[in-house]
Amino acid sequence: MSIKKLGSQTIRFENPPSIIGTASIVGPKEGQGQFKDYYDLILSDNIYAESSWEKAEKKILKEAIEIAIKNADLTTPKIDYLIAGDLLNQIISAGFAARELEIPFLGIYGACSTLAEGVTLGSIIVDGGFAENLVAAVSSHFCTAERQFRFPLELGNQRSPTSQWTVTGAGAMVLSSKQQNPRVTLATTGKVIDMGESDSNNMGAAMAPAAIDTIIRHFQDTGKTPDDYDLIVTGDLGSLGKEITEELLKQKGYNISNKYADCGVLIYYPEQDVHAGGSGCACSAVVTCGYIFKEMLKGQYNKVLLIATGALLSTTSSQQGETIPCIAHAISLENL
Amino acid sequence: MSAFTKEQKDYQKLVKQKRPKPPMLKNIIAAFAVGGTICAIGQVILNFFVSRGMTPEQAGAPTSIIMIFLGALLTGLGVYDKIGKFAGAGSVVPITGFANSIVSPAMEFKREGYVFGVAAKMFVIAGPVLVYGINSATIIGLIYYLIKL
Repeated sequence: MSIKKLGSQTIRFENPPSIIGTASIVGPKEGQGQFKDYYDLILSDNIYAESSWEKAEKKILKEAIEIAIKNADLTTPKIDYLIAGDLLNQIISAGFAARELEIPFLGIYGACSTLAEGVTLGSIIVDGGFAENLVAAVSSHFCTAERQFRFPLELGNQRSPTSQWTVTGAGAMVLSSKQQNPRVTLATTGKVIDMGESDSNNMGAAMAPAAIDTIIRHFQDTGKTPDDYDLIVTGDLGSLGKEITEELLKQKGYNISNKYADCGVLIYYPEQDVHAGGSGCACSAVVTCGYIFKEMLKGQYNKVLLIATGALLSTTSSQQGETIPCIAHAISLENL
Repeated sequence: MSAFTKEQKDYQKLVKQKRPKPPMLKNIIAAFAVGGTICAIGQVILNFFVSRGMTPEQAGAPTSIIMIFLGALLTGLGVYDKIGKFAGAGSVVPITGFANSIVSPAMEFKREGYVFGVAAKMFVIAGPVLVYGINSATIIGLIYYLIKL
């Protein structure tokens, strides 16, 4: 019998891993948003002195990992594992960043939920005593995502009002067996949920049911209520997905409205012309590694539930008319 | 997935109801104004060639060439995507939009090389238009020919 498991999908860490350092790097557009003072580095342009968008994304991921390790007062040889992923085919940003870092590497893919997946796996490794320190990191880039999933940048077309803007950025988090706050205390691993949405320009609505399922499962497994948290934050549902999530959770008896936020809604100002908000692996990652982590250090937040959401589609599945399978993973970050 | 459950259908209904509508009237006016302007520019160029002694039929080809050049130039200068964002179909439908749909992927995929990047990807957006455009033109032409026999 598993002694650390609660209910059907949640685990409670016996020795909750500490987040001892983070880093967030964002592009210029994200650097104009309300969290600009929380990022470690804001790029002046999206290409970052590289010869392709993909190389630029790899570079910001690598640098975010290096800055996070430095912020944790560690050096690369002290890191036992790097768990990283991104949105590109064969997660090349992560693999190519790892090529230069010389840290044992586990590549993962959970679309925009990848950071929460990495933190869950990393916390299991640390709590299990298999590592002293490790890094969970992700990246995404507007220009690499557009050319892989949508259209060339210079094509003159209009975006749907429900479409979201892929965040250019990278976030990295050092998890450690050291005893300091904030900690990762609980993790609820989501199931893949598909409510039949097939519009890849409406990811928020596609992913909302996965977020709802994981949030309810988290409360049922742990016996907690929304009152046990200062902040409940979803990854990148955007304005429409957030509205649906809030409403359907209320119908099911969970009123989270007074403490609920969505990273995709928060990351840009509405006048930045991003339609439904931000998305991408980096969306929840830079908000968590920047704003949430730093506010937890200050004690502004002490108990945060992050539910990172991901749409597990590809351009091939979309073209073949498949609906969008979605996932959401929840992690509790607490000052103990 | 083929058949949706009731829960899925209810959810899809909710999404449909909540989905924000595109600003239809604004889009129509913008498309009309920009599309009209592009066509007016084309007409000015055509009239210029006619005034220099070409017949309107002869002037059609050089006019198209100049409009395609302008569409490609504005794409290269990074302007056409901004026009397209504002005008929608108003700048997609005219021949300048066709130029944009070929030049923009060619630019985007230059980093994958001139063979597998530029040349192979150039027609990813315009390709279907060409395939079905040329096919339907051939079929209509054939029908027209048979009727005239």
